[in-house]
Amino acid sequence: MHLILFLVFAGFCLGGAVNLLLQSHPISSALSLIVVMTSLAVLYLLLGAEFLAAAQVIVYAGAIMVLFTFVIMLLNAGREERTLGSKAAAIVGFPSVVAILAVLATVILHIQGLGHAALREGITTTEDLSRVLFHELLLPFEVTSVLILIAILGAVALARHGHGEIQEKPERTAGK
Amino acid sequence: MNSLFSQEIPLSWYLLLSAVLFSLGVIGFLIKRNLITVFMSIELMLNAVNLSFVTFAHQWHAVKGQIFVFFVMMVAAAEAAVGLAIIIAIFRVRATLAVDRIDLMKL
Repeated sequence: MHLILFLVFAGFCLGGAVNLLLQSHPISSALSLIVVMTSLAVLYLLLGAEFLAAAQVIVYAGAIMVLFTFVIMLLNAGREERTLGSKAAAIVGFPSVVAILAVLATVILHIQGLGHAALREGITTTEDLSRVLFHELLLPFEVTSVLILIAILGAVALARHGHGEIQEKPERTAGK
Repeated sequence: MNSLFSQEIPLSWYLLLSAVLFSLGVIGFLIKRNLITVFMSIELMLNAVNLSFVTFAHQWHAVKGQIFVFFVMMVAAAEAAVGLAIIIAIFRVRATLAVDRIDLMKL
């Protein structure tokens, strides 16, 4: 049961992530990312994190990806132009990615004493989570709310109409 | 019925999945040529790291690992809001989303 669920949703995760890279239209990439995030929510549930599974669907797959798709539609983003990319990415980037993945895989496969996950082990309830969050970590939680407030103000200030436009030239022609 | 729920799979599989997802995110960051898709690759990397946080929280039976994921989600939400606002501001001036044409910090 656990094995089947893990394999199916890990497959969805990897498939969505690869599809994100292969698609040339941003909206297809965004939809693949939603698949990845929703499958990750199921994996969180398999690991016993029920609150995070719910938050993953609501915050990530819900709020953040809606924001992404809204911006894609608002900017009317078309297919991306395929270019050769930068030389730095080809020379330094891809070997580094392979090296990082190899090192991580070697370390992970050689860790001693890493346990197993089983469905019978029960879940961390929202009550356990909130008990620690609101007793020991109340200050970081409140600071996060200030961060969100500042982010909202920053987003409004940045996206406000007329921000950063060059006054002499009309819109749209400025970049060409 | 009991055997259905007692099946165990090693936690290293979750960590490997997390590492592969992170690498796919880095590759996407390098090869994609659309500003929004590059930004989505960053979100993919954040998600991959969250998965390993949850795995280790399960390993050590520590609730604080899960709370850290909660904070990462909050920061990601703030980051997405500000980042997309910046993308809109850039698009107003440049009328393009191709990263090759957005190579100056100056608007």
